[in-house]
Amino acid sequence: MQVSYFPGCTLKNKAKQLDAAARLSARELGVELIEIPDWQCCGGVFTTAKDEVATKLSSVRVLEYAKEHGMPLVTVCSACHNVIKQTNHAIQNDEEFALHVNNYLALDTPYGGEAKVIHYLELLRDEIGFDAIREKVKKPFAGKRIAAYYGCLLLRPNSVMKMDDPENPKVMEDFIRAIGAEPVIYPCRNECCGGYVVMEDAAQAKKRSVEIMCSAELCGADMIVTACPLCKYNLMKNGNSTIPVRYFTELLAEALCVKEENHGS
Amino acid sequence: MEVKNERLKEQLIRISGVNPRKCMKCGKCSASCPSYDEMEYHPHQFVSMVESGNIDPLMNSESLYKCLTCFACVDRCPRNVEPAKLVEAVRLMVIRQQGRNRLTPDDIPALIDDELPQQAIVSALRKYTR
Repeated sequence: MQVSYFPGCTLKNKAKQLDAAARLSARELGVELIEIPDWQCCGGVFTTAKDEVATKLSSVRVLEYAKEHGMPLVTVCSACHNVIKQTNHAIQNDEEFALHVNNYLALDTPYGGEAKVIHYLELLRDEIGFDAIREKVKKPFAGKRIAAYYGCLLLRPNSVMKMDDPENPKVMEDFIRAIGAEPVIYPCRNECCGGYVVMEDAAQAKKRSVEIMCSAELCGADMIVTACPLCKYNLMKNGNSTIPVRYFTELLAEALCVKEENHGS
Repeated sequence: MEVKNERLKEQLIRISGVNPRKCMKCGKCSASCPSYDEMEYHPHQFVSMVESGNIDPLMNSESLYKCLTCFACVDRCPRNVEPAKLVEAVRLMVIRQQGRNRLTPDDIPALIDDELPQQAIVSALRKYTR
């Protein structure tokens, strides 16, 4: 199976291991991630204002590429996924916005929201299947208690993201079971880490992150997994805890024994 | 309502797509808000103050920069009012004015460290700068 792949800015820099492990694992599971040529940064956050057009065009360009090549568009970073999926939804549901976008881009065929946007976790769950993954695991994380951290971007707004139950999600817990570990359910797993506010008010991000780490620690987690580089940064930098925070793709690659040497930091 | 406030209200409703009249004042948005303690005006107040045309205090409030856009208020509102979109619209109305950028690229070097992901910088610039 081939899918178009949007890595995003951070996966080319500070989160290289999130990207490398995603590519290696996908290959092992029979999926080829084809990186979209000349992609541009999604902007990190979706601007909800209906009159903001220019800031959403980079997302439309990659969506249009996926449509033209007849492949679903896969992202790993929670933020990229959120921005691109919300942009696609806006094109499908807001005629005036779609018209503005197409006036800007002047494509041969106007883009109308045809591409299918899926997160890597959905690729694992819906296209490959957790049972198939379980069979390919060579080094299970037996005895490990792993807490999934969803944060906000993967799940909300649910009317658009539609990945899982936003208040009681289970896709990451099912993933954790598939790699042989025990999932830890804790109250703050879908609360916000503070996100970009860390740039403006680090104390606020610290407060949020400490609450999340405390919540996971109290429920007995050995480790936290996330899909988002900014969540990882906030939880590790501001969470005031010694529990390791890792990317879910890193654990997948280790469980599949496809860990590559020198894949960056 | 003053003509100026009437205009601002219309513009905010148009930009955000939010209809504040749908609010039944249950307060669930503010109860769900992770930034509640940091905000002078809380999500439910953004909705009611826009509805009544009391918009200047919102435009001058630090609360605009405390919203995390985590969409907890959007998902948990029983009336689908989507307060976060209103907060975003008021913030944009402020930062789109000349000289009102909250953050400039020149501020960035002093705010970053070696581990900070690029995503934080682009997101903050998109939220605070036009």
